[in-house]
Amino acid sequence: MRENHASRITHHASRIRNKTLSTITWKTITRIALKTAVLFLLLNALFAWLVPLETLGHLSLYNWLLPGRLRLPYGENPAESNNLSLYNVPAMLASHAVSRPKAADEFRVLLIGDSGTWGWFLENGDTLAGQLNTMNLQTADGRSARVYNLGYPVLALSKDLLLLDAAMQADPDLILWPVTLDSFPRDKQLFPPLVQHNPERMRRLIGAYGLDLDVDDGRFVTPSFLDRTIVGQRRSLADLLRLQQVGFAWAATGIDQAIPAQIELRRSDFEADVSWQSFPEPVTLTTDDLAFDVLAAGVTRAGDVPVLLINEPMFISQGQNSDLRYNSFYPRWAYDQYRDMLADTAVARSWPYLDLWDTIPPDEFTDTPVHLTAAGNRLLAERVAEGIRPFLLGETGD
Amino acid sequence: MIAAGVYAGLLSARWRSWALLVGSVLAIYWLQPPLPPRFADFILPTATLALTALSWLLTRPPEVEARQATLREDRLTAVLLFLLVIGLALNRYLDAAYRLTASRPPSPWWTAVALLLLALFFLLIARFAAQADQRRVLTGGMLFIVVLFVVLKTEVLATAVASSWRSLTGQNPTLAAPSDLAWLGFSYVAFRLIHTLRDRQTGLLPALSLREYVTYVIFAPAFIAGPIDRAERFVQDLRALPQMVGLDAARFGEAGWRIALGLFKKFVIADSLALGMSLTAVNAAQATSTLGLWVLLYGYALRLYFDFAGYTDIAIGLGLLFGIRLPENFERPYLKTNITTFWQSWHMTLSNWARFYVFTPLSRSLLRRKPRPSPTLIVLVAQLATMITIGLWHGITWTFFIWGLWHGVGLFIHKQWSDRTRQWYRGLAEKPGQKRAWALFSWFVTFQFVVLGWVWFLLPDVGLALETFGKLFGVGW
Repeated sequence: MRENHASRITHHASRIRNKTLSTITWKTITRIALKTAVLFLLLNALFAWLVPLETLGHLSLYNWLLPGRLRLPYGENPAESNNLSLYNVPAMLASHAVSRPKAADEFRVLLIGDSGTWGWFLENGDTLAGQLNTMNLQTADGRSARVYNLGYPVLALSKDLLLLDAAMQADPDLILWPVTLDSFPRDKQLFPPLVQHNPERMRRLIGAYGLDLDVDDGRFVTPSFLDRTIVGQRRSLADLLRLQQVGFAWAATGIDQAIPAQIELRRSDFEADVSWQSFPEPVTLTTDDLAFDVLAAGVTRAGDVPVLLINEPMFISQGQNSDLRYNSFYPRWAYDQYRDMLADTAVARSWPYLDLWDTIPPDEFTDTPVHLTAAGNRLLAERVAEGIRPFLLGETGD
Repeated sequence: MIAAGVYAGLLSARWRSWALLVGSVLAIYWLQPPLPPRFADFILPTATLALTALSWLLTRPPEVEARQATLREDRLTAVLLFLLVIGLALNRYLDAAYRLTASRPPSPWWTAVALLLLALFFLLIARFAAQADQRRVLTGGMLFIVVLFVVLKTEVLATAVASSWRSLTGQNPTLAAPSDLAWLGFSYVAFRLIHTLRDRQTGLLPALSLREYVTYVIFAPAFIAGPIDRAERFVQDLRALPQMVGLDAARFGEAGWRIALGLFKKFVIADSLALGMSLTAVNAAQATSTLGLWVLLYGYALRLYFDFAGYTDIAIGLGLLFGIRLPENFERPYLKTNITTFWQSWHMTLSNWARFYVFTPLSRSLLRRKPRPSPTLIVLVAQLATMITIGLWHGITWTFFIWGLWHGVGLFIHKQWSDRTRQWYRGLAEKPGQKRAWALFSWFVTFQFVVLGWVWFLLPDVGLALETFGKLFGVGW
């Protein structure tokens, strides 16, 4: 009886719809098309005027419906890695576990850095952050140290500064900042797409800390009015949605990187070549060449929060022409100068500093001179844990 | 929309059905994706046309008057098809950017010779068929299509054929794969051809001209993903085209609405669910949480529905633009409260096909057997055969077989249950609260049953499917 009634209602609704459709005239269609076009144009104009992408980035399914990610979103094949690269810094952080409120018994440690820190070809548990977290480090007052992986696979201090600046809202107690020489070249600072697509953030940092970088650099992406419309920003909007979508597969599998079964190892033998970046021959490196001001800006931005600088371990070759080069990234002349400059600067500015450049055996490096195996990261974590113990125990003299 | 506007507004009414034929022929070549074996992406659409023409020859009514009535038009259609295929082969001389075909077609001369030989061969078959028992000839035709279908849908056989094809064309046979023979639209074409062959046997098929028959089988909007229309219904619309109001706002409005709805379902909902929100063979193996796996499985169920229902909406909308009202394929299937009504509302044209050509003939055949099997056994066998056919139509694998079995058993159990609880259920009419609760419970059970069935449908091997079932219920982590 009830089903008949429901069927009658459905039939009636269908008749009404058919009647409505049968009364459609070209005038109605034209009116609908015009109204749709006007509404579409208005919405686009409003979107371009409000520039709401960063605000929208704060809206996230992570950390309430989905677990927060253990490293920042990065990936070129979302279907395979359950991850994707995007330029919306608030969205990146909102998807990360670091956006959860800090627990009362938590000592929050932020770990920034490059692809080595992010964990290239490593599962989350095998990254430096993952290894440190398994050590159950505790403060003197019984708080548990929780390390958050905010590494991002690009070598540039400017990108680290950009992310550190945004991550300071997470109320950290300590910042670990592994660096390596290839993050320092001044002309590379505005190279990362993440920096180029966040011009206002980066310009603000350049201004605030007097960085020796050009605020009018042509590599900054400055969208026109049309580029700021919904149509112009469709890719960025889609990325926001896709970041939420892939979160479901990430939550179900814990996989956020497609790791190949075979990894081609870094080279051990080199040509008799001493070039580095734009220098074909050895020169004396200065702060004009290496962006120590960006490093200093990061430490300043951290304010009262201590920053432990770490000179990252790297692969040291024993192969052909290893008297000229440590590895495919670095000739000895450049790296030795950099290492001295970093140590001198840290001493001069009283920065806490760990130099771990040669602490990991060559076999524990994977595809590049700065990417470690899980075992390599374990060794590194043990050394870093020693380095951060004074901060946990309040023995830093601050 | 522009093509539809020109078709409805500018084209003379009497040329409309011819335009549909030409458009559909061009579309099946244009839509065919490139295939690795040389000329495969040209030969397979041509084979679709050849198979259709042969089926038409076999399904012509036996009466001479009926054949004579369309003789001139049929000859004209045959010449037109020949010229179209040759015209498409001439794409060989065009730059890749301007080609309608997926890759460089074979030489037009060789194509012409092959077509003429094929036509000669078909005429010989037709002559033989006219002298033979038509019932047997039609059965032979159906068997031929089934064998072809089995070869294409069985991994080992398809690989063997692809390997031979590659050897013939001087390509590396070790690279052969079933995807080499991704014959666009063949599953649907096969079911339409079987429908006409069987309906000729039973005398239900109306007399169709070659033009009508080919247009029915390859009608572009329904070519890739259905719906599977019935020839006698399709031809009614086709024959009414000259009387159709050209630029009818109501028809264009409805078509536009269906296309917009379909695009939204397919490209917004289904494609969103496809990325990271639905189960795949990869993430099923990688899953580490029961809840996460259930969420992905629900995501897959919704994705499948919106994807397929979206395609159907687009097909129906496109059909309407050209004056053909294709049948509906979905009617809110996930809201149904039992598995029988689910199958009356999910891929309705396929389930109707299976009911007409598997369930009904098989049950009648069993009923005629002596001694007559019990009605329960007849229902069980007919339902299992029907659903297993539907399963294997998707691909000849164990998982599709089990998926068919799963639904066959489900339908059988529901039939037994509803037969035994009819009185009790009628009694619920006076207890609306209980009836609502029962409906909710029934919906939940039906939906879970269907959703769990998709595990068989989706996953490529039985081991992974069983492992996934275990994980869904917290076993095997």
